[in-house]
Amino acid sequence: MQAHRNHPGWWAALVHRLSGLALAVFLPLHFLALGTALTGADALDRFLDLTASPLVKVAETGIVLALALHLALGLRVLHVEFLPRPERRTRAFVAGCFGISVAATLLFLLNLTA
Amino acid sequence: MSATLSVSVQRGTDGRRIDRFEVPRQPAQTVLDVVTWIQREADPTLAYRFACRVGMCGSCAMTVNGKPRWTCRTRVETVAPDGCLTLEPLRNMPVVKDLVVDMAPFFAKWTAAHGVFTPRENLGADFAVVPPSSPERRAADAAIECIGCGVCYSACDVVAWRSDYLGPAALNRAWTLVNDVRDGHARERLVAVAGDAGCHACHSHGSCTQHCPKSLSPTASIAGLKRAVLRATLRGEL
Repeated sequence: MQAHRNHPGWWAALVHRLSGLALAVFLPLHFLALGTALTGADALDRFLDLTASPLVKVAETGIVLALALHLALGLRVLHVEFLPRPERRTRAFVAGCFGISVAATLLFLLNLTA
Repeated sequence: MSATLSVSVQRGTDGRRIDRFEVPRQPAQTVLDVVTWIQREADPTLAYRFACRVGMCGSCAMTVNGKPRWTCRTRVETVAPDGCLTLEPLRNMPVVKDLVVDMAPFFAKWTAAHGVFTPRENLGADFAVVPPSSPERRAADAAIECIGCGVCYSACDVVAWRSDYLGPAALNRAWTLVNDVRDGHARERLVAVAGDAGCHACHSHGSCTQHCPKSLSPTASIAGLKRAVLRATLRGEL
């Protein structure tokens, strides 16, 4: 990490980019999975059985976190780019985005374990 | 607090040579004081640049422990609590020697971004009246205090990634002129900043805003240019 990059705006941009890449990899796989339904209900059901494994649950939680982070940080970018005033309190905004994303993921986890 | 500072200074032009100096600590010592001590007391061949010493000219900007800063306004105790300083020239500009960079490409981009005031025709013989509370004047005010030190340009990753990117300082200057109601080159300026290497190349990392010693927000200025270009495009003016 180079010192000039170590500030909340840069970390927000990095996490936004990495979560976007994770979602870009996930989406085609998601459609591929849904596409198994085209070959019949049994094929889809067999695939859905796989999703009960703990490994898939962990991956699913990761995807929910990536989605929440990408959404929250994306809204922040829109705020920076479209409001006619400079962003104040960047640190608080970025911390808020991270906090909301983690909270959303914890809610998802609660639902998983319920 | 130890009696001396351990200072590493990048020398030459290719970044490979680092010289180390032990510099006596003084109360309220600035990083510029340290560089001056090295040149006067240890190595007179050290090249660096300064003029005003009070944060008005911006010529003493360097990379201090990895961050671009004005050395005259940076106290040693705030950046080197452990007594270790690393001094390098500003990033993203060709090095002339040691800590001195060639700022010609930086200012060439101000020209490329139409950063020059061009009075519009029929401005009239009398003074143009610009109400201080008008939105345009307030937008220009927020960005106009730039003194062209190059700190934002040095902090910008996009400049490092693509050398033709106009950079935060030139775009910030263009934004002040976009908001100048007396200026007559609004369209030409928007065309100049709307290209691939212009405002739309900005990733909104905010490093320029983070490091600007004047607490300006080139990020906000560039965002303003993006909106102005979008508006002009939708109106069919570009």
